Amino acid sequence: MTRILSQPFISMGRGATLLAAGIGRWGMLTAETVRALRHVDVWLRLLVPQMARVGVDSVPIALFIALFTGIVLSLQASYTFTGAIPLYFVGVLVGKTMMLELGPVLTGLALSGRVGANIAAELGTMRVTEQIDALETLAYPPVAYLVVPRVLASIIMFPIVTALAIAVGIAAGWITAIQLLDMSTAEFVNGLTLFFLPFDVTYALIKATSFGFMVATIGCFFGFHTRGGAEGVGHSTTRAVVVSSMVILVLDAFWAVTLL
Amino acid sequence: MSIVIRDLHKAFDGKVVLDGFEVEARDGETLVILGGSGSGKSVTLKHVVGLLTPDKGQVEVDGEVVSDLRREELFVLRRKVGYVFQFAALFDSMSLADNVAMGLRRQSDMDRKEIEERVEECLRLVDLDGFGPRAPSELSGGQRKRAGIARAIATRPQYLLYDEPTTGLDPVTRAMIDQLILRMSSELGVTGIVITHDIDSAFRVADRFAMLHEGRCRFQGTPEEIRETDDPVVRGFIEGRPELLENAS
Repeated sequence: MTRILSQPFISMGRGATLLAAGIGRWGMLTAETVRALRHVDVWLRLLVPQMARVGVDSVPIALFIALFTGIVLSLQASYTFTGAIPLYFVGVLVGKTMMLELGPVLTGLALSGRVGANIAAELGTMRVTEQIDALETLAYPPVAYLVVPRVLASIIMFPIVTALAIAVGIAAGWITAIQLLDMSTAEFVNGLTLFFLPFDVTYALIKATSFGFMVATIGCFFGFHTRGGAEGVGHSTTRAVVVSSMVILVLDAFWAVTLL
Repeated sequence: MSIVIRDLHKAFDGKVVLDGFEVEARDGETLVILGGSGSGKSVTLKHVVGLLTPDKGQVEVDGEVVSDLRREELFVLRRKVGYVFQFAALFDSMSLADNVAMGLRRQSDMDRKEIEERVEECLRLVDLDGFGPRAPSELSGGQRKRAGIARAIATRPQYLLYDEPTTGLDPVTRAMIDQLILRMSSELGVTGIVITHDIDSAFRVADRFAMLHEGRCRFQGTPEEIRETDDPVVRGFIEGRPELLENAS
């Protein structure tokens, strides 16, 4: 009886231990990534190709999501406000929501699926096929060669893609407003600028940068620690996407509490 | 100029793989380490280049204890050692020529033209001339193994470590790889450690044998000595007679 009652606590304890160990190993890899920055000759030439993969290749999916988010936001704002609040508040809601929340978070989640999964699968495959060991034997520091360019590229490109997504989302909201809601451009822009603060942009970019850092380091972490064959790569990829998505939502709340 | 393995111990999750293994690869010779699957041969080889750290014991390369080296010193040591991986471990995101050039770009002061010439020379040496622009995925198993050897020899290492170089290959390709190992020894003068359970191949390339059994060195000697040994474990292995192994244990 005692054993049955204590079982959930034992499982929770084990889970907490595994979580703490995982966070510790992620922290060690992150610290090693910072130390590996000194190997500029190793990572510098890989940075631009990684920026293209992380950023340029992610633009279509990020803009696709932003486009429809902007349209829906505009229509839902109109639905909520009609008869109660002046319609130019549609511009307020679309602008504020895209900048403060949906632009960074939806882009972050989309890129955690695309970029995080890609990094974990690529590094995981390299681990199980001994390509990471081969790098070591050829005197390349693997963290400098594989992790640093991916993390830097994500830190640089996530805010850029997010800024584009915000712009497209707002533009989609504006077009929807003037085409479907009988609003004028002046009304929409009036709403858009009414409560606008330059800090809104800073806030969005801080969030996007932190999301880029976390998605890349988590993807690299799970890729680097892959074991087994194809099944192990699959596990690592899934975990990278799930964990980085959860971390994005936690970070989103963290920034709201600390910066707003 | 030798690789000396002393009292090497290694366990993974409580499972003992190496239990005091000792062996020496002398200057200029090709040492073949025999052993069954899972006997710890690859684990031994990974200790030589510092990919694994021993639980106890040590590996010395040119008198330097590998596990005592700092990371930067380890990279310097690795420049002396070429490693041929079991499944070649070619970087599939780059061409064969880039694979072979990887070590040169990192470990030498050669300019682009010199690197290209060296890459061509190495590919020619392994009978892959003209294959430089191809992707690893376009190569057959034997070609990948030879490409792995080309990458390992590009920096002109003093030592070459071969992890199961002939496993899974057809007899003709196996013979080609064996000839290549012999050429590396005779033409480039490298000291080689070959780990394998391919007996025919082992006898073609070995100057000396060591047998790894239950984590320890069961036998060391020349090809003549291993043929004449009375040790039932060694005989059982090289003659493919499991009953001798069972009786011995």
